Amino acid sequence: MNTPALNEWPLWEIFVRSKQGLEHKHCGSLHAADAAQALHMARDVYTRRQEGVSIWVLPSAAITASNPDDKGELFDPAADKIYRHPTFYEIPEEVGHM
Amino acid sequence: MYTQSFSVPDNAGQKSARTPSTENPELMAAFDARIDADGRIEPQDWMPEAYRKTLVRQISQHAHSEIVGMLPEGNWISRAPSLKRKAILIAKVQDEGGHGLYLYSAAETLGTSRDQMLEGLHSGKAKYSSIFNYPTLNWADVGVIGWLVDGAAIMNQIPLCRCSYGPYARAMVRVCKEESFHQRQGYEALLVMMQGTEAQRAMVQDAVNRLWWKCLAMFGPPDADSPNSAQGMRWGIKRISNDELRQKFIDATVPQAKVLGVTLPDPDLKWNEERQHHDYGQIDWQEFWNTVEGNGPCNKERLATRVKAHNDGQWVRDAALAYTRKQQQRAQKEAA
Ligand SMILES: [Fe+2]
Ligand SMILES: [Fe+2]
Repeated sequence: MNTPALNEWPLWEIFVRSKQGLEHKHCGSLHAADAAQALHMARDVYTRRQEGVSIWVLPSAAITASNPDDKGELFDPAADKIYRHPTFYEIPEEVGHM
Repeated sequence: MYTQSFSVPDNAGQKSARTPSTENPELMAAFDARIDADGRIEPQDWMPEAYRKTLVRQISQHAHSEIVGMLPEGNWISRAPSLKRKAILIAKVQDEGGHGLYLYSAAETLGTSRDQMLEGLHSGKAKYSSIFNYPTLNWADVGVIGWLVDGAAIMNQIPLCRCSYGPYARAMVRVCKEESFHQRQGYEALLVMMQGTEAQRAMVQDAVNRLWWKCLAMFGPPDADSPNSAQGMRWGIKRISNDELRQKFIDATVPQAKVLGVTLPDPDLKWNEERQHHDYGQIDWQEFWNTVEGNGPCNKERLATRVKAHNDGQWVRDAALAYTRKQQQRAQKEAA
């Protein structure tokens, strides 16, 4: 990460694993000087009621997001590929659950 | 907590935000269609400038209210009557700090910086809920804040969980989950006092008398005098009108007051069989606006306390940044 030019602490995205065996889920963001401090503050802000067993922090600036203008181009091609879903296929009833 | 109706302009002289005709009509139509379909708007999506401005103002005012709201109760942490009540109060005040953070983060997704918002608050330009410009004179005030002020805030905030702006709605879901403890702890603290001495019961009644009307004003001006409300409704920012929320709050509170054994200080408060709601008396709106404009009993003290806390913390923020930079330089040197 570059040295922040601003007085403001940089922004971090916070991900919390609520329970062993589940994925980390985005739960919010906060400002912190560095990763260690971001972790510490995320603990105080997002896990005061045992909401988590593990935290990830990630500089917000490190996220590359898809452009909403490209939504059609990116996601529409999947709309007509119904053969990618199991319900597309008809199987005789006597086969039972498949 | 704590929204009052945030149709309160930060600058009273400013004209209310109208949808400007300068917006691209195609984008505008797509935006309107999404709102009409009860869809959500996310930070990267196109949105009309007036929608963005309204949200920045409302969310930042809401955030400021959470932060300033820590002050009247914070005053009682060192004077709580028992270790148990002290621990509860610390937890509640800490929650409010967290609520401020969730909301500032939501506002930042609209392109305003944390520093800009804090500057708005500290310079007195930005508003916050006027309920916090009244003093907390006795311990029962802390209970009444939880019961009535957080109670009113919950009424206001539940519909905001369905707000059209995604980050605001998600922040409100998180906030609402934490608020219910705030109201219950307040009500329970009052129940305990009501089982105490005559003097303790009088304290509870006194606190209710002083705060009741202020809580009703938290819902904002009557619908007839809220010109921005219609636009907020159109945009899915506001879901239920000020008067409707106020009525819901009154109807919910009357039976709670009865169980507690206190009187709500309104001689006109009575059940209306025909309306299936309680009728209630006139709210003093002149007093409300006077407080919003900065002339309430504690406006100056609250702002001064907030600014001092921020300034006193400057060295901590500076030191943390200096430490980080030093660590980064050291790491770079080692890598070289
Ligand atoms: Fe709150
Ligand atoms: Fe609260």
